[in-house]
Amino acid sequence: MATSDLADALGRRPGQPQKRVLAISSSGGHFTQLMRLSVALSGHDVTWVTTNEGYRDKAPPGSFHAVRDASLWDKKGLVVMLAQITKLVLTLRPDVVLSTGAAPGYFAIRVGNAVGARSVWVDSIANAEQMSLSGQRVGRYADLWLTQWEHLAQPDGPHYCGSVL
Amino acid sequence: MKLFVTVGTQLPFDRMVEAVDRWAADREVEVFAQTGPAQYQPRNIRHQDFVDPATFDREYASADLVVAHAGMGSIFTALELHKPLIIMPRLARFKEHRNDHQRATADRFRQTPGIHIADDEAGLLGLLSNLQALTGPQGEFSPDAQPRLLQAISEFVEDQQRPRRRTRLWRTLRGVR
Repeated sequence: MATSDLADALGRRPGQPQKRVLAISSSGGHFTQLMRLSVALSGHDVTWVTTNEGYRDKAPPGSFHAVRDASLWDKKGLVVMLAQITKLVLTLRPDVVLSTGAAPGYFAIRVGNAVGARSVWVDSIANAEQMSLSGQRVGRYADLWLTQWEHLAQPDGPHYCGSVL
Repeated sequence: MKLFVTVGTQLPFDRMVEAVDRWAADREVEVFAQTGPAQYQPRNIRHQDFVDPATFDREYASADLVVAHAGMGSIFTALELHKPLIIMPRLARFKEHRNDHQRATADRFRQTPGIHIADDEAGLLGLLSNLQALTGPQGEFSPDAQPRLLQAISEFVEDQQRPRRRTRLWRTLRGVR
């Protein structure tokens, strides 16, 4: 199906209220996967966030923010990233947080929870043998907790609902 | 012949970069490598530790062949652009990643035409020795996820019934006892 037909079938339905959505992930493959979900958000007010300013022109419709990049080994960077994401979530007050991965998504879902946002975690398709570290840890905080691998699904989550590929 | 080599956005992958650099020494090829924070200094190829997404796209599109770590970003781009791609998985035993998930990714794409798997340096050199024969992925590649996944997310976003988690902090912020 062409993207525009999908947007009609999947985006906001007529008469439904527009939601504020925070779509957030680290850059690279995670953000590529996140953008492949964009058609499900069409018609809503989406803010795209990743760790590299260079994605501004590639990001789907909506507003765009870049936050500090940091891995688990870079504690100082993580603190800066958490502060930026906290500020963003408190300002934006999203209805829904959607993430495909890693530290930025984990932080946004945790802070989002505190202000009443509902959350979706779609674990990266790269994690075929076990959930990512952040994916495992975010499980109890995500309202919809998904893996892209059927054999990793469990009755209490993560659940399997197809993949980005 | 123009090659683009990429190791992704975070970690170095010297084993792959060094193999390509040595291979390129006595050959008529133009190679540009994005190497990450590498220890190994390539001698025979143009290289840079990181590139911005626009440069990545430009180098990827203008290359005849891409050699990449087995990361999803590189794979999606190859499928989109129908670009011949060699992927080599990072291995935990060489401290190239936390675990061996890239080996699983490589296995996942072993049957995909146009994605060529190099399990190690020898496999990489084997593929490079016959690079004229490496084809790219064929057919239409959708820019969207599977409809089933999109549907689940779309419904979740619109769901009026599903209660938000209301935490103590939220109630405090709103002044509710």
